[in-house]
Amino acid sequence: MTLTIRNASKTYPDGTRALLPTDLTVGQGEILSLLGPSGCGKTTLLRIIAGLETPDAGTEVRFDDEDVTRLAVERRNVGMVFQSYALFPNMSVRANIGYGLKVRKVPRAEREQRVDEVLALCRLGDYAERAVTALSGGQRQRVALARAMAPRPRILLLDEPLSALDAALRDSLRDELAAMLRQFRITAVFVTHDQAEALAIADRIAVMSQGRMQQVGPPEELYRTPVSSFVARFIGNAMPLPGSIVDGRLVLPGGHLPLPAGTSGTEVFVRAEDVHLDDAGPLAGTVETVAFSGGHYRIGIAGITGETLFATHPGRQAPRPGDSVRLRIDAGDLLVLPQDRS
Amino acid sequence: MRLTLPRFLQLAVTLLTAAFLIVPAIQSIVAGLTVNYFRGLSSGLTLRWVGEVWRLYADSILLSMGLAVACLGVTLVIGVPAAYALAKNPGRLSRILEEFISLPLAVPGLALALALLQLYGSMTGFRTSWTFILVGHVLYTLPFMVRSVLAVLMAMDLKSLEESAATLGASAATRFRTIVVPNAMPGILAGALTVVTLSIGEFNLTWMLHTPYLKTLPVGLADSYASMRLEIASAYTLVFFVMIVPLLMAMQWATDRAQRISR
Amino acid sequence: MANRTFIGLCLLPLAVFSLAFLALPLVRLVMASGEGTEGWGIYLQILQTPRYLQTLLQTVLVSLAVSVAALAISTTAGLFLARNRFPGRGALLSILTLPLAFPGVVVGFLIILLGGRQGLFNMLLPGHVVFAYSLLGLFLGYLYFSIPRVLLTVMAATEKLDPALEEAARTLGASPYRVVFDVILPGLAPSLVAAGAIAFATAMGAFGTAFTLATDIDVLPMVIYTEFTLSANIAMASALSVLLGLATWVLLLLARSFAGATVAAGG
Repeated sequence: MTLTIRNASKTYPDGTRALLPTDLTVGQGEILSLLGPSGCGKTTLLRIIAGLETPDAGTEVRFDDEDVTRLAVERRNVGMVFQSYALFPNMSVRANIGYGLKVRKVPRAEREQRVDEVLALCRLGDYAERAVTALSGGQRQRVALARAMAPRPRILLLDEPLSALDAALRDSLRDELAAMLRQFRITAVFVTHDQAEALAIADRIAVMSQGRMQQVGPPEELYRTPVSSFVARFIGNAMPLPGSIVDGRLVLPGGHLPLPAGTSGTEVFVRAEDVHLDDAGPLAGTVETVAFSGGHYRIGIAGITGETLFATHPGRQAPRPGDSVRLRIDAGDLLVLPQDRS
Repeated sequence: MRLTLPRFLQLAVTLLTAAFLIVPAIQSIVAGLTVNYFRGLSSGLTLRWVGEVWRLYADSILLSMGLAVACLGVTLVIGVPAAYALAKNPGRLSRILEEFISLPLAVPGLALALALLQLYGSMTGFRTSWTFILVGHVLYTLPFMVRSVLAVLMAMDLKSLEESAATLGASAATRFRTIVVPNAMPGILAGALTVVTLSIGEFNLTWMLHTPYLKTLPVGLADSYASMRLEIASAYTLVFFVMIVPLLMAMQWATDRAQRISR
Repeated sequence: MANRTFIGLCLLPLAVFSLAFLALPLVRLVMASGEGTEGWGIYLQILQTPRYLQTLLQTVLVSLAVSVAALAISTTAGLFLARNRFPGRGALLSILTLPLAFPGVVVGFLIILLGGRQGLFNMLLPGHVVFAYSLLGLFLGYLYFSIPRVLLTVMAATEKLDPALEEAARTLGASPYRVVFDVILPGLAPSLVAAGAIAFATAMGAFGTAFTLATDIDVLPMVIYTEFTLSANIAMASALSVLLGLATWVLLLLARSFAGATVAAGG
């Protein structure tokens, strides 16, 4: 199913504008992530798609050719995984998964068969008769997913599906969730505030901020060619290099950097992995902090900009705090962006 | 437990209080089973007085049981949906409504009964039927049902549960039946036991609302205290204890359970 | 939306019932109090008639005494039961909360069994130890049904007290006595106020006990009852009911806003 959203907006009775007019299309079988900090409007948009939130007049939500804007949530045939999972505590795993089929009056035999299929697909067969209160966090998440998928919804909506898990579990379940979503071949929209989650799972990412869509594109595109400093900072934690641009060169307290040719932006950013320790580099600074994180060192350097600049250093040895170092940043790794509107 | 002086004093107060509460209750049980209370236990034990109570007051006992069941039915039908509606809209208006229906807990039954009598006393058919007493009992017990259910509903994540049921295709009525009611069950059970216990023991309202042909158990008790010999009054009290004590214990168990779940 | 309609439907039975059997009757009661020969001056008349004033004063004094006694006894027993574990504790707790569902009439009868002409005390000390029909009997009767309510409130509040506060006081060198007066009682204060108010309001409105003890002591509910049934002075009975109802309701409202507690009054 193709989801088409035109001019979607939401204003609360107190005048708060949770979502400014937004257009979005999600193609058949595509997994789109709505990414942004809390309060950016991503959950509001998801709830408008589900039918849980009444949008402002003028909004149009289409499932393929059908206009569902005024269709009640229970008749939209969407599957949704809630942040808290919202499993029904009065039902077993099997009854939870079968609920959507039961309220749609699917005959018992067919219902049982469908539930068995989904149970197997989500590797929940051994837990079918358990009470949902007796499950671990990861199992609950799979039940929530299975329950949403059992009625064969037209679209799957996930609201922060990993945030209820602890950090260690979250990483392993992220990949598992990505694999399962691919397996279902369903159009899916999932909301997250965690860029790593979005990068790992989504085909395309829509970055939102302050009720507005900032940029929509494949993960690589957003990472490599962000269109705004917000996107650059939010995805991959790009660091600003505040300095003046003179004759195609960026002038910093710690030295000069050549900018890539043909850029028209005024704000320059760089990511820590693109900052290299190089004795022949054009920038000079002093090591402030050194943190070892297994595969690499994260080195904080003062004197390059007004603030601390971080470099990811893959070597087996690192300089010590207080050491003077020289740095190199390749022109191609600099992100030169126009000034943000806000 | 080491028995220090302050502890000993506390224990003494506790034991004396317990004695104050339990001794007369035991007296009434013994008196109800003794041939002649004034002569004491040596006169022998008998079930004669209990039999006498049944002969004299069976109608009252049965009326009270019937009333309690009817009262339970009405409070369920009115109270459970109302608690749900209040839980869905936890605004100022809901608080005021909850406060209003809780008035019968604060305003003495006598005053409420007078109010009812003055408005409906002239409708003879209603005034003389058992439904008039029922109205009084529902008035008094309804806030307990509503609050008990409301507390459990407020403690669970009702919004998410209902939203997820809605995305799965359940209409408002289906959600109420399959999600709200089953999950509110501990509160409903605690409320139900409270309603039945209070209805069976209600006197203040009932005394004003009853007619000579419709006497509930406590009204009959008052009657026996005023006009029967001590043994019969005691035996009747014994019958009341036998009915109310298990109910009270079940009620306390259910209320504790509902509160644990609410936490 | 359909949702709104359903929630409206859910509230409808409650709205109809409360309007017909609570709101309208109460309005009628207030109206009725002004329909006597004195009109609304009846409220002034209450304050000018020594008999009614005497009754009001007596009711307030008995209720006050009951609240104070019930608070003292139940706090002592409640703290003891909440803080100690020993064999027989469960049975004690059951005994102390059992009278919760006893109607006032039964409590009155139990007081007669203790202090009536054929009562326990009169049998043990065969003189004329008959107190059931006196002020003492009424006081004991009210105390009987107040103790369990106050006790349950105190115990619930005790369990909510943070034990770390007591431990902190102990590590700072406070003696057990000081801990009681510096930590425990201040922590319980809101609940104690609420429980006291409930005991007071229940005693003010108690009818069954006074009715059974058939005492000569004029307490407000008994006067309302006799005005209504014997004197057929409906306006006066209504006016006194309005006063009584208003007083107990306001008192409980204040106590609740102070303590945030809700405890059932019964019987």
